[in-house]
Amino acid sequence: MSKISRRKLITTGLTAAAGVAGLGVAAGLAQKYGLVPPDHGGIWGLGETLTYASQRLLTRHSLAREFPRSQISKPPFPNEVEPPTEEFKRLQAGRFADWRLSVNGMVSRPATFSIDQLKSYPSHSQITMLQCEEGWSYIAEWIGVPLSHVLQVVGVLPQAKYVAYFSIEPDTWESIDMADALHPQTFLTYGMNGDALPVAHGGPLRLRLPRQVGYKSVKFITHLTVTDSMKSFGKGLGSAAPEFGYAWYAGI
Amino acid sequence: MISHPRFYWGETGNDLTPTLFKLPIPASRHLVPTGYGYVLPDQNGWSRYLHFQAAWVVILTGLLYAIFGFLTGHFRKNLLPGNADLSWRALTKAVAGHLRFERPSEAEAWSYNLLQRLAYLFVIFVLFPLVIWTGLAMSPAFVSAFPATVNVLGGQQSARTLHFFVSLALVLFLLIHVGMVWFAGFKSRVWAMIAGRVSRP
Repeated sequence: MSKISRRKLITTGLTAAAGVAGLGVAAGLAQKYGLVPPDHGGIWGLGETLTYASQRLLTRHSLAREFPRSQISKPPFPNEVEPPTEEFKRLQAGRFADWRLSVNGMVSRPATFSIDQLKSYPSHSQITMLQCEEGWSYIAEWIGVPLSHVLQVVGVLPQAKYVAYFSIEPDTWESIDMADALHPQTFLTYGMNGDALPVAHGGPLRLRLPRQVGYKSVKFITHLTVTDSMKSFGKGLGSAAPEFGYAWYAGI
Repeated sequence: MISHPRFYWGETGNDLTPTLFKLPIPASRHLVPTGYGYVLPDQNGWSRYLHFQAAWVVILTGLLYAIFGFLTGHFRKNLLPGNADLSWRALTKAVAGHLRFERPSEAEAWSYNLLQRLAYLFVIFVLFPLVIWTGLAMSPAFVSAFPATVNVLGGQQSARTLHFFVSLALVLFLLIHVGMVWFAGFKSRVWAMIAGRVSRP
C-alpha cells in the first residue's frame, strides 16, 4: 500500500472541511427558505429533508394532472373509515346543517363557516387522482372551494407558515405548508362526481390535496389553524402521521 | 407491495377494478381481497421512510459513480466490450461456457468477461435509470411538475407495475452477482471491489 503523502492529507482535510462548511450553509439556507419538514429529526430526517426540499423547489406552482371526464373511476373506491362518533351521527341525522368549520390562529378575522356558507363561495372542480400510499388509486371529480379563498376571507397574516387541519375523528389531523395551502388545487371539498361528497369519501367536508398521497386528504374537516410553527401541535412533528410512523410530507 | 399485492395497467386500479396480476400473498390491509383469512401487520410507515432515504443514496452515489465512470474512462475501458467480442459466435460461446459452469480462465481475474460487461452495462444504464424513472413517475408531486414522466409510461399504475418488475430484475441481478462472486472466490473478489485493485495470487 502506498504511503499517504502530506499533500494528499492536506487536500483531503481541506475538502472535508469545505464539505462540512458547505453542509452547514446548505442547512441554514434550507431553514431560511422553508425547506426543512417538521419531522426532520431522527434517522430518516436526512432523506425526508432532501425529498421535501427538492420537491418543494421543483413543484411550488406546478398543477397536479387533471383527467378527462371519461377517465373518472366508476365507482370510486371508498377506503375504510372509523365507525362514526355519536357527534357525527347527530350531525348526519341533521343532514350536516349544523356542521361547522372553525378557522383561527394567525388570521386577522377568525371565523366559523357552515357547509352552506362554503357553498356560497365560487365553486371549483377538478378531475384528479387520489392515490393511496398503499398502492391503489382512483380518479374522481372533486367539487369545493379552494382553501386559498377561505384563507383570504379570514385574512392570513404574513408570518403564517403552515395550515393545520383537524378531523372530527379523534387524533386525525394534518398540516401543510403555505405553498400547498395556497395552491389552486387544494380544496375544501363538499362534492364529488356532480353530487354531495359521500360520507364514505369524507363528506360533508374533506380537505383535498392532489399533489400528495391520500392520507394527507383528511376526511370530516371541522377546524383549521394557521400557524408559523408546528412545534406546539401534538408531538411537534407536524401532524398525526409521523406519530404513527408515516412521513409528514407525502408528495411521493 | 404487501399492503396492496395487486397490480394494474393504466392510470388507476383498486379493489373494485380488474387486476393485471395478483401476488399470491396475504396483505397488510384487510380490505384487500387476497383469499387469506388473516392480515399482516402494517409496516408501511418506516418502509416508506427507508425506501426514500435509500433512493437518495442510490441517486447521489449513482451520480458520482456515473460522472467518475465517464471522466476516468472506466465505462469505455473496462465495461464496453470490444467489437470482436460482440459477434454472435463470441456471445454464444460465452453463454455456453457459463451454462457448463466452466471455471473462469486466469485472464478473467484481471478484466471482466463479455457477459459481465453486458450485464453491468445493462444494470448501470438501463435498470437503474428505469427504476428511478418509474419510481418518480409514481410521485404525485413530481409528476405535477413533469407530467410526461408518467404519461409516456401509460399511467401511474403502469409505472407501479414497471417499477415492480425492474426492482425484481435488480434483486435477481444482485443474487446472481453475489453467487458468481462466491463461485469466483469470495474473499479476493470482494477485496477487489473495495480496494479497486486485484492482489496478485
